Amino acid sequence: MSLIDARNVIVRLGDAEVLTDIDFRIDRGEIVTIVGPNGSGKSTLLRVLIGAEAPHSGTVERERGLRIGYVPQRLAVDRTLPLTVGRFLRLSGGTAERRADMLARVGASGLGDRQLGALSGGQFQRVMLAQALLVGPDILVLDEPTQGLDQPGEAALYRLIEDVHAEIGCAVLMVSHDLHVVMSASDRVICLNGHICCEGTPTVVSEAPEYRALFGLGTEGALALYRHEHSHHHHHDHPHDAAHDHAHDHHGSDADRTGAA
Amino acid sequence: MFDDFLFRAAVAVTGLALAAGPMGCFVVWRRMAYFGDATAHAAILGVALSLALAMPIWLGVLVMALLMALFVSKLSGRTFAIDTMLGVAAHSALAFGLLAAALIGSVRLDLMAFLFGDVLAVSVKDLAVIWGGAALVLGLLAWRWRPLILATLNRDLATAHGIDPRREQLVLTLALAVLVAVAIKVVGALLITALLLIPAAAARALTRGPEAMAVVAVIVAALSGWLGLGLSLTADTPAGPSIVAAAAVLFSLAALVGTRLSRIAGPPMSERL
Repeated sequence: MSLIDARNVIVRLGDAEVLTDIDFRIDRGEIVTIVGPNGSGKSTLLRVLIGAEAPHSGTVERERGLRIGYVPQRLAVDRTLPLTVGRFLRLSGGTAERRADMLARVGASGLGDRQLGALSGGQFQRVMLAQALLVGPDILVLDEPTQGLDQPGEAALYRLIEDVHAEIGCAVLMVSHDLHVVMSASDRVICLNGHICCEGTPTVVSEAPEYRALFGLGTEGALALYRHEHSHHHHHDHPHDAAHDHAHDHHGSDADRTGAA
Repeated sequence: MFDDFLFRAAVAVTGLALAAGPMGCFVVWRRMAYFGDATAHAAILGVALSLALAMPIWLGVLVMALLMALFVSKLSGRTFAIDTMLGVAAHSALAFGLLAAALIGSVRLDLMAFLFGDVLAVSVKDLAVIWGGAALVLGLLAWRWRPLILATLNRDLATAHGIDPRREQLVLTLALAVLVAVAIKVVGALLITALLLIPAAAARALTRGPEAMAVVAVIVAALSGWLGLGLSLTADTPAGPSIVAAAAVLFSLAALVGTRLSRIAGPPMSERL
């Protein structure tokens, strides 16, 4: 049986149908990346899959006793709640030794005494990953884990996730709105825009017309690629960058990487 | 000892402080102040209900507070302006409670006691109710501490840990209603939220962890209670407001000390958090 098996899932928030006819499965050890534009229902899908949101119709089955290591998109630590990294990790259990090991494993040793709200973006994501790993997860669920990281930080975090995956063999389910780095490591990419537009290996998806339509590639692909490679190396300081829309931006850097790979 | 009204009053505020400290922390962390108000104001309606049905005051208060707490906790699941709805609920409950009390007639004389508390008049039986309720609240919070903290931090994270955030919300709702029922005699319906908020806020300035904050909140609440009683006795002021005034002074001190501490220990609070 799959770790999580969702069938014919429809999700409504208020009157709006945010997810339509979702069929989704993830098996042990798989790496699946969900991509899609803002507002495409990616986070909602994750929340439905972990059981935080009930579908309007359809079924979501999770394997019995499934251990989920969850890294939320952002965790707005309220200023009024004092919480050190060490205390936060204790909420996930494990021995003191294991917690220290885990912090070291994600490259966040020595942060134990810091307040959770005082961490930088990269430190925070590492601590969240340590927390998720402490659960001894069958599946790691990450909601845009690289949000707020710079490119080296992002690459480092993805490498870390890949290493962890290789080490403990957990499945990885990740939401991303930048396709580039994730794609190479994923077994499957799901392109979401309220419904599943297309799905398959990274190469298959990046060439699928649905994906190209969604990320604004179309027939201008080559041009976008060129322009982006250009702007990329100039740290987006060219005047014409201002005209780039978000989709272009992401697609461009994606094409960058795939081209280079 | 229990023959002395002052001793009974001190025992009452100490019992209340034990529960109000940790409960107040959750009120602060989860921004439940309005929620607390609505629940506490419903207590007046509960007083009227108790008198009309000739049952113990604490029971009527508990029932009304619980109904109101469940009602507003249902509301908070919706997306529309929650503070407005809570404000409507809180003030309506108070107004209807006062109307009901007035209609019942003879109670009018005692109304001040329920609005501002009458801790100097607690009986040994009241003490049993206060300590019983406080023990129940403390027990609930201690039992659900980890899931409550996780659900307060992030609902989805809690869900991933196999915790049902709605259930934890219900635990808090229940604890709050019990606390209101036992606190009305001590500080009165109008100032219950103050006794929850102020000690917890004072504790925040001095602590680095949730448990420490709860413990310090208990100490601040107890100190406020004793100081307030002292003030009430010497200056002949109403006890409830005196207790809350003492808490406010302690809060100011804690805020000052907290700023000093962070100056010595590192960058200001605002940057560290």
